[in-house]
Amino acid sequence: MSEPTMTDAEIESDEELAVEAALEARKHHPPDSVYILIALGLAVLTAVEVGLYYLKASTETALVLLVLMALKFSIVVGFFMHLRFDSPVLRRLFVTGLILAVTIYTIILLMFGIFHF
Amino acid sequence: MTELAAHPPTPHAHDAHHATATGISNEKMVMWAFLGSECLLFGALISTYLLYRHKSVSGPTPHSLYDIPFTSVSSFVLLMSSLSMALAVAAIQRGDHRRLRVWLSTTALLGSIFIGGQIYEFTSFIRRGMTIKTNVTSGAFFVLTGFHGVHVTLGIIMLLSLVNLSIRGRIPQSKAEVIEIAGLYWHFVDIVWIIIFTVVYLIP
Repeated sequence: MSEPTMTDAEIESDEELAVEAALEARKHHPPDSVYILIALGLAVLTAVEVGLYYLKASTETALVLLVLMALKFSIVVGFFMHLRFDSPVLRRLFVTGLILAVTIYTIILLMFGIFHF
Repeated sequence: MTELAAHPPTPHAHDAHHATATGISNEKMVMWAFLGSECLLFGALISTYLLYRHKSVSGPTPHSLYDIPFTSVSSFVLLMSSLSMALAVAAIQRGDHRRLRVWLSTTALLGSIFIGGQIYEFTSFIRRGMTIKTNVTSGAFFVLTGFHGVHVTLGIIMLLSLVNLSIRGRIPQSKAEVIEIAGLYWHFVDIVWIIIFTVVYLIP
């Protein structure tokens, strides 16, 4: 028994839909100028991080560095990876993996007593 | 079944052409699931480094050899490669194939500069007496950053393959999602480095 195949008209219509979807996605995603501004922001945050490294090492500095790291992480995931604009299903999928990883490894690191407060 | 019929999935406009229950293409879903699992892999490697960072009893440790200005420039280069990748995705969504190739090649070039920097850093550490076998800290450091480097290298190969396919006209605008999925992988590699740079290099 042969498998049903798509007709040329069906393939063409499918491709048209895909092109439409790509154009629609472009409308939902930020314009190029926003991407450039985000990259500049990330560069500034990196410069601040490096500046903090040269300050006296302390728990406060480490905490600020971790906050800046989380900020950069969320900006890249939210804007460059489009998680802010995509389906919530994808957000849940990724955030679940992330929370699971952070929870498991924080527990392990606490068990081994690597944090000194 | 009735519930599904009563509340049919509401596909996002740009995913509407995929006939899946969620309205999201299987390829994109798989990539996000893969990235979720990669969080666990890199989480394990980063935790191992944190556990061993003060446990070495002999030889130099990574912290005594770091060249922070050099690594900062490498980090900046990788961050900028995320920008060029985002611009490549935007270009193919507009149907601008010339810009797509320019931005994909730029991303691959920036990734190669980053890898070149990592090779230089590793070579310099080895010359100064810190190899993967010197102590547990150096072992954990090389495994973590080496694994990341392998991910970046695979990303570069993927980007160059996409440039090649695009030159041969095999990536029409209708396949913009292929570039978006490749972009997801590349940005993930970047966010992993954001964590490594802070946790491994900057926090003493």
